[in-house]
Amino acid sequence: MSIITIGLNHKTADIELRERLAFEKDKIVFGLQGLLELETIQEALIVSTCNRVEIYLSASDETQSVVSACRFLAKFHNIDFEKLDIALYKHTGMESVKHIFRVAGSLDSMVLGEPQILGQIKEAYDLALSAGATGLILNKLMKKAISVAKRIRTETRISENAVSISYTAVELAKKIFEQLSDKTFMLLGAGEMAELAAKHLSRTGVKNVLVANRTYERAVALASEFNGTPVRFEDFKEKLLTTDIVICSTGASNYVLNKTEMEIIVKKRKHKPMFLIDISVPRNIDPEIGNLDGVFLYDIDNLQDVVDSNMSQRLIEANKAEQIVKEELEIFNKWMHALDAVPTIIALRNAADQIKNDELVKLFNRLNGIGEQEKKAIEAMAGSIVNKLIHSPTAALKAEDEDRDMLICAVNKLYKL
Amino acid sequence: MVIFFELALTFYMISMILGIVEAFSASRYTSIGMTSATVIGFVLHSTNLIDRFILSGHMPAISIHEAISLFTWSIVLIFFFIKYRYKIGLLGSFIMPWVFGFMLIASAFPREIQPLTPALNSFWLIVHTMLAFLSYASFGLSCGIGMMFLIQYSFVKSRKLGDLFKRLPSLNILDDVNYRLIKTGFFLLTLAIISGSLWSQTAWGSYWLWQPKQVWSLITWLIYAMIIHLRLRVGLRGRRGSILSILGYAVTLFTFFGVDILLKGLHTFL
Repeated sequence: MSIITIGLNHKTADIELRERLAFEKDKIVFGLQGLLELETIQEALIVSTCNRVEIYLSASDETQSVVSACRFLAKFHNIDFEKLDIALYKHTGMESVKHIFRVAGSLDSMVLGEPQILGQIKEAYDLALSAGATGLILNKLMKKAISVAKRIRTETRISENAVSISYTAVELAKKIFEQLSDKTFMLLGAGEMAELAAKHLSRTGVKNVLVANRTYERAVALASEFNGTPVRFEDFKEKLLTTDIVICSTGASNYVLNKTEMEIIVKKRKHKPMFLIDISVPRNIDPEIGNLDGVFLYDIDNLQDVVDSNMSQRLIEANKAEQIVKEELEIFNKWMHALDAVPTIIALRNAADQIKNDELVKLFNRLNGIGEQEKKAIEAMAGSIVNKLIHSPTAALKAEDEDRDMLICAVNKLYKL
Repeated sequence: MVIFFELALTFYMISMILGIVEAFSASRYTSIGMTSATVIGFVLHSTNLIDRFILSGHMPAISIHEAISLFTWSIVLIFFFIKYRYKIGLLGSFIMPWVFGFMLIASAFPREIQPLTPALNSFWLIVHTMLAFLSYASFGLSCGIGMMFLIQYSFVKSRKLGDLFKRLPSLNILDDVNYRLIKTGFFLLTLAIISGSLWSQTAWGSYWLWQPKQVWSLITWLIYAMIIHLRLRVGLRGRRGSILSILGYAVTLFTFFGVDILLKGLHTFL
């Protein structure tokens, strides 16, 4: 019995191929059924996210299963087999186990340590489980993978620090204001990154959102998107008196806010802290403003520096996570090995029972006319002799010794199993 | 029993060391260890104070040793309150060094129980000293939190967002709790001054004697009144508010220790 992983991700395939291979949610069950119909495959599971499509299999024949599963994938998605085959990675045995542990632990993600993947893995497992596509081995594998991921999350700080500009801005805002729900936030100008940061902020519960834009219509449109109030561009400075957080990205070629203006605003606000995020290039807020007491000014480079240092922090944590994967791999390996002995143990037990039953039938035929009570006593005795005889070989097969493979072989030969 | 004091000192020291460790590499164990050490230290400390109370028959605030010890006890009491009410991370790392330092100073002074003029051993002794000590302790905590604010402020300003930045609480909560402590301390100090003058009336026949201690507590009171006023009127908060809370505490400490040691008066420890 072997575990097989076949798939592709953001590193091995471009978005076009990933899209074509992706399984829509309602198609996954058909995919699972198709895989299980293949001769050598006993269990199957499909993970399909925007960055990766992977199938996990438990199969009796590695080489044959890999080939037939790849062919199945090409046929299912109507992709040229040769073209697909180059992009697919195929892992078998413990390599495959290591792969799923690393994927679940977000060590293989595009953004190292991003937390969504674990949820996606869980979802994929639930789907396969309810479709009856998993069995002993994949159930164990997936439960282990999920627990490894949880261990990584609690024992390392791999997911701790923000690694995107917009999340960094939100985290900083929380370190300044603690609670954001009673704060007022202004989006000054527009732009992809500014809007993304604004989205994150409004998700943290900021209720008062102001949107100012040179074109008032644009302000109105954006404001409705964030449930905010549009502000005319000429009025934005006045509104700063009641604004705590500003994200600025206007595309102007000079400063829209200078130090003298800001000094007056700060005084009028009675020095209540302000967090200004200037993500426009060239900068729109006079950097001198950052020196004012109680005003925290971050430009795009400042935020990028924070992101970079957080990312390198994650890389350090990733090393610890790899160590956890290694430990857990060993434990899983032992479990897999213990499985090797199971068929032999069952065969030994069956053979012994067979002999016992045959001999009992013969004996009872010869001893005509004995009572039920005596029959029961003889059966019990025969049973206990058999049990005692096979007890120690069974125990030896179950024990996690290094020479177990040899023992399995020996028992098979000795008892002609 | 002296041993309780010694043990309390030891546990406060353990707590201080764990607090410093926690500032640099926090783990669940340091924080649990620190909390337990502080709680054990506080229980032992309380036992020591109660013991002295029973043995002497008066509030243990007469000798310098007792006064510093009771003052430290008040700081730990308010520390617990703030820690659990506002969940301020790393507060212990900033407060426990003070606690240990004061206890160490207290340990250097003679421990003998000193007799008290029966005239002074009244209900006012308990009320007045407790009010004054809790007020000083509130100012002490506000100073510690002010320091935390200044450190966190410099991190956010200089854009150096390291591990300590992540462990320290948000600026807003530090500023908020700082102000609450100052208000509480001010309120208690007001009551302490009133109760002190009432006591003065019963003991010496006059509400106000212009004793150095009285003068300095009035100065302290005026300073904190000013801090509160400035905050309300011109919004003197944040960095400057924190600096003021540290300066205010320096004056408080002088009122508490300096006056007794440098300027002798009726209030000096016997």
